[in-house]
Amino acid sequence: MPGLDIDGLGISIGNRNVVRTVDLRVKPGTCAGLVGQSGSGKSLTALASLGLLPGAARVIAGRVLLGGREIVTPDRDRTAEVRGSGIAMIFQSPRTALNPVLRVGHQVGRVLRRNGQHGDPRRRCIELLAAVGLFEPDKVARLYPHELSGGMCQRVVIAMGIASEPQILIADEPTTALDVTVQADILDLLDDVRSRTGMGMLLISHDLGVVAERCESISVMWQGTIVEAGTNATVIGSPRHPFTAELVRGLAHLPETGGLPAQSSSAGPADDPAPEAGG
Amino acid sequence: MRPLIEVRGLRKDYRRGGDVLHAVDGIDLAVMAGESVGVIGESGSGKSTLARLITRLERPTSGGVFFQDTDVTGLSDRALRWFRREVQPVFQDPLTALNPRWTVRRLIAEPLKIYGERGAERRVDEVLRDVGLTKELMTRRPRDLSGGERQRVAIARAIVLRPSVLVLDEPTASVDMSARRALLTLLKRLQSEHGLTCLYISHDIRTIEETCSRTIVMYRGRLAEEGPTTAVLDSPSHVYTQILMSSIPRIDNATAQQDRPRARPASGQQQPDPGCLFARRCPRALPECAADPPVVEVTPGHHAACVLAGRASRPQ
Amino acid sequence: MDLGLSPGPQDDAAVADATGRSARLRGELRRHPSLLVGGALATVAVIVAITGHIAPPDNPLALNPGHALAPPGPEHWFGTDQFGRDVFSRVLYGLGIDMVIGLIVATLAFAVGSMAGLISGYLGGWIDDIVMRVVDIVMSFPSFLLALTIAVVIGNTVRNVIIAVTVAYVPYILRLTRSSVLTARSADYVLGARAVGASRSRVMTLHVLPNAAGPSVVQATLMAGWAILDVSGLSFLGVGIQPPSPELGVQVAQGAPYITSGQWWISVFPGVAIILAVLAFNFLGDYADDKLRGQGS
Repeated sequence: MPGLDIDGLGISIGNRNVVRTVDLRVKPGTCAGLVGQSGSGKSLTALASLGLLPGAARVIAGRVLLGGREIVTPDRDRTAEVRGSGIAMIFQSPRTALNPVLRVGHQVGRVLRRNGQHGDPRRRCIELLAAVGLFEPDKVARLYPHELSGGMCQRVVIAMGIASEPQILIADEPTTALDVTVQADILDLLDDVRSRTGMGMLLISHDLGVVAERCESISVMWQGTIVEAGTNATVIGSPRHPFTAELVRGLAHLPETGGLPAQSSSAGPADDPAPEAGG
Repeated sequence: MRPLIEVRGLRKDYRRGGDVLHAVDGIDLAVMAGESVGVIGESGSGKSTLARLITRLERPTSGGVFFQDTDVTGLSDRALRWFRREVQPVFQDPLTALNPRWTVRRLIAEPLKIYGERGAERRVDEVLRDVGLTKELMTRRPRDLSGGERQRVAIARAIVLRPSVLVLDEPTASVDMSARRALLTLLKRLQSEHGLTCLYISHDIRTIEETCSRTIVMYRGRLAEEGPTTAVLDSPSHVYTQILMSSIPRIDNATAQQDRPRARPASGQQQPDPGCLFARRCPRALPECAADPPVVEVTPGHHAACVLAGRASRPQ
Repeated sequence: MDLGLSPGPQDDAAVADATGRSARLRGELRRHPSLLVGGALATVAVIVAITGHIAPPDNPLALNPGHALAPPGPEHWFGTDQFGRDVFSRVLYGLGIDMVIGLIVATLAFAVGSMAGLISGYLGGWIDDIVMRVVDIVMSFPSFLLALTIAVVIGNTVRNVIIAVTVAYVPYILRLTRSSVLTARSADYVLGARAVGASRSRVMTLHVLPNAAGPSVVQATLMAGWAILDVSGLSFLGVGIQPPSPELGVQVAQGAPYITSGQWWISVFPGVAIILAVLAFNFLGDYADDKLRGQGS
């Protein structure tokens, strides 16, 4: 299984550089995490890897490689060839990713057909729905998205994502819209799929907790560039950038447990300097 | 001492097609003056409905809402004017909760105008400083502010009339993670400085942990567990609470993932079962769960509506 | 009433800061050609109409049989009609009449329709049921025919023509407003306003209406143009405004018998004036629509 390499990527919208010199590596079979605020450019980085940048956005520097092969460069940043044949992406809101007027099984089937899958598509579709943990997959296949819960929808979306047997799966805030118990189940599912297929995964989230729990390597993005990167242990255990430190502090129980870094100045907006009251 | 705000046997039903949804299904809750109480629940738990019922933005189907021992359950909006000064909601998404065409100044000044308060300009300045915002934001509109700033405006608007109770529905949901701590710190300071009683409604356990001394856990309209926050979060007694707590992503939780108890997936079916509503999904359901669960006192002040509450064998 | 025209995207802020209002206007005109065209046409029409009323080259009503049916020339730019009246002066004067009527109809229809739509949509219940049934009945008639019937019944003074056309237009504005109100009233900020003790009327007028009026404002702008068409149409048929008023529809009617005998100018110039006036409002309506959508995002 090949890995994903994002090498010095730069993206601009109009004349604003929104993403600068981003280096990111997803080794096969591992989960890499990308953490950052909304607007930090993490979604754009992911979209660029699939040639899915919106409207005025352009890759102006760097490149993206899949298994050593260049798939995105500043000259070729709208690569329709990449989609479905190596990288798959799942997004935050499962309901908007699904077509509301088509049955769920049909939608999975479409992905299978588009990828020229051999064998009986219907049987394969039901296999996939079962693989993502859906109870009574043959019944679920006949349902419409509005008849499913948020968690079930996201499972369907994941089924569609892995139907194309991708080498890399990019999950952009896959559980943000879901309840925390469902979140844990979905993340378990993604881990499970990863270990069974050997594919690499890039998990993007604004929640460091999600990433810290599941990813072997973590990169922190802030205002368009990577400010910290390393293994899970080093980034969480000894964060160097103030933004990372702030995120790590947000994860700790109160009172703060030992081993966490000392209070550093916040990098976020208007921080309240008053002392904490008893709560 | 009498509770400041209290609900008894609160029920709210919604009719959808031919079905009835029991959004809130028999809740009793008493909040003392100065307390901060957390309400934890996932989607479908009824916690947001509870918030709207307590602030009387909706009328309950049955049961009572009491403020300072006065029954405010059936009062009309006009009769509730005095109540509204005292009990203020803070909504989840300030982008939709604030009139998008109004400036910050107008938004914060509106309550003062409605109640005919004098010295509005001074009070608006005061309150803006109190929530940590600068005067130059006065002429901006909500969409030109960051999530954290917007929520501060919403809070300013809520406290401008000096209420005694704040009901906050997911106060940090629309705010970036890095700004959340600052917002919670602000809320705690406001609470102690102004002697506010606060009700925090959230699915984010870390928010509740940081701000509340007492916590209740709701599941499908009913109370699953109630007690001091540390007790409920660190020694959950209801099976649902246990699953909830072990699902939270934590840095120190990584190795425990394999062993954590899991709920069976929700089937999407709306019909309530007799007895414990969680039994259908519960990994440790027993035949006796088909009857209404007893309220077990695990320790004084800590109750759980689960037959297994307080029993010795619990998953790690 | 504040339409709340949205501030432009971030990029334009730099331009505006640098050079002030005239630069902002130029930028706006560049981005919205509909404003340019519509604004230009409307400005021309207004200037023309005012001139026509204050200082027409010739008295539009003065009969001058000696110079009847003169083709367009240096003395009479648009020629003269069968009574020797200067067509150019008549067109200027008539344009003023039609523009004013159009604006009055649009304003009245908007005022009545949006208020009724607001009340009906916000309060709901039996009020809404009754109002909507009445609207359904009225809208089952084509608006021109309805205006025509009303005009015939109540008589054809200027005031009655305005009433007739307004009545035909109100239901559309009402429906449009009501539909926006239904959406707006379930918004969180309405809940927020109630939460700080706002009375029902305050919520309706200050919170719901400004956020729901957008589509109706666009519609009303377009209706000013359509009203001109309807009023001139009614007048052309003889059931609207009556001669000797130089209303444009009346002029077209009076010139109609002479077209086949070659005196085209008596009908054509008033006709073109109608077209220009309607176009002006159409373009302005487009611009209003652009702003509304820009605001929506």
